[in-house]
Amino acid sequence: MTDRLDRDGLARRVAADIPDGAYVNLGIGAPTLVADHLPLGSEVILHTENGMLGMGPAPAPGHVDPDLINAGKLAVTELPGAAYFHHADSFGMMRGGHLDLCILGAFQVSQTGDLANWSTGTPDAIPAVGGAMDLAIGAKDVYVMTDLLTRGGESKLVETCTYPLTGVGCVTRVYTDRAVFDVTPDGFAVRELFCTTTLDELRQLTGLTLTMVDEATTDEESR
Amino acid sequence: MIDKTAADIRDAVAYITHGATVMIGGFGRAGQPVELIDALIDVGASELTIISNNAGGGDLGLARLIAEGRVRKVVCSFPRQTDSWHFDRAYREGRLELELVPQGNLAERIRAAGAGIGAFYSPTAVGTPLAEGKEHREIDGRTYLLEHPLRADVALIGGLRADRWGNVVYRRTARNFGPIMATAARTTVVQVDEIVPLGTLDPEAIVTPGIFVDRVVAVGNRRWLRDGRFVGGVDLQGEPLVDSAATDTVGGHR
Repeated sequence: MTDRLDRDGLARRVAADIPDGAYVNLGIGAPTLVADHLPLGSEVILHTENGMLGMGPAPAPGHVDPDLINAGKLAVTELPGAAYFHHADSFGMMRGGHLDLCILGAFQVSQTGDLANWSTGTPDAIPAVGGAMDLAIGAKDVYVMTDLLTRGGESKLVETCTYPLTGVGCVTRVYTDRAVFDVTPDGFAVRELFCTTTLDELRQLTGLTLTMVDEATTDEESR
Repeated sequence: MIDKTAADIRDAVAYITHGATVMIGGFGRAGQPVELIDALIDVGASELTIISNNAGGGDLGLARLIAEGRVRKVVCSFPRQTDSWHFDRAYREGRLELELVPQGNLAERIRAAGAGIGAFYSPTAVGTPLAEGKEHREIDGRTYLLEHPLRADVALIGGLRADRWGNVVYRRTARNFGPIMATAARTTVVQVDEIVPLGTLDPEAIVTPGIFVDRVVAVGNRRWLRDGRFVGGVDLQGEPLVDSAATDTVGGHR
């Protein structure tokens, strides 16, 4: 038995927590997979920051419309009820707190909810930020979806981010391949363990003082 | 009589001078006014400051403008793409300056310029390296950064249809920066597939009213439309499909 979920398994797990009727922005990369696992029959409305609500799945090859793309500049489709708008309105939806949830990737998340996901700070890298900083501070809830460890085996959950920040104190929950963590005033609290992973293993892997979520208080905190 | 129609695309951009600040609409390829950019290259303006979300991809449009060495500075949110080789080279060789702006601040700074706002406070980028040197202010317990309007000498925009008064409608996510850039430049030029007779566009559906537009120029139907209907049969760059998938096109049902 494995100690972690694969990408699709994690996407399915995240999707299961998205309530019917929510307005949601999915970040570029792994978070995009969540769209494929939304519960049948639930009306979750996807926002894409380049100017659309009601985004649908990728089209069949002959049906690609170069005028209809998502934030990752990939071809998408339009669902019945979709709406288009310009960029200032689109980012007003974020900044103005109208989006219920955004799901982002991360290089690092700190135990106070700081997010680093736009730059590794390498001197020769060409900087690019896009909508990451607006998304991080805009949505009512910011979930991060990521592997717990980097390819080099370092924890992405950290005491303090060492990479340049995207937003301060903005992340509310982190879905990793080994566990789900809530960001609480006392640091990361483990909400759910996946596969054979144990709390002690997580403490070892992250080097952080971790607690289990107190179920009695979770539901009111997380909504 | 008002007629903002330019018959020759070069006439529409001929007055753009050395050192001008030019807004270029589009998000990636969608909405990028490629024909206007080609005309801008032809008329020869250089030392340009470009305000656009990206810094060009592939070899066409904004990427070509950079490749031709016409750009001194780029103000954008996301220059790095898998196909941004022309920007990457110019930037690494120190041939152009980059001002990186978070996408929402970029949009709002453009909007503010068009709406006559002196400056505004935004919560985006607080606590990040992009906040350095900016005035911080706490309002109702939250920290904001002072952001100034972004205006331009000229805006080049890609729409779908226009009339001779300069009313414009867009197509799907190709709308992106067009409506706000149209308001923020001294001269706004819009390329469209088609210029239609006055009164043809539904007044309820006009996105950019003609007051914001100085010139419109028709460049012909995009390849994936026929008589304004989506027929597909292209890749993301708008190039015709060459493999077997090309036979699986949309039967003009939209």
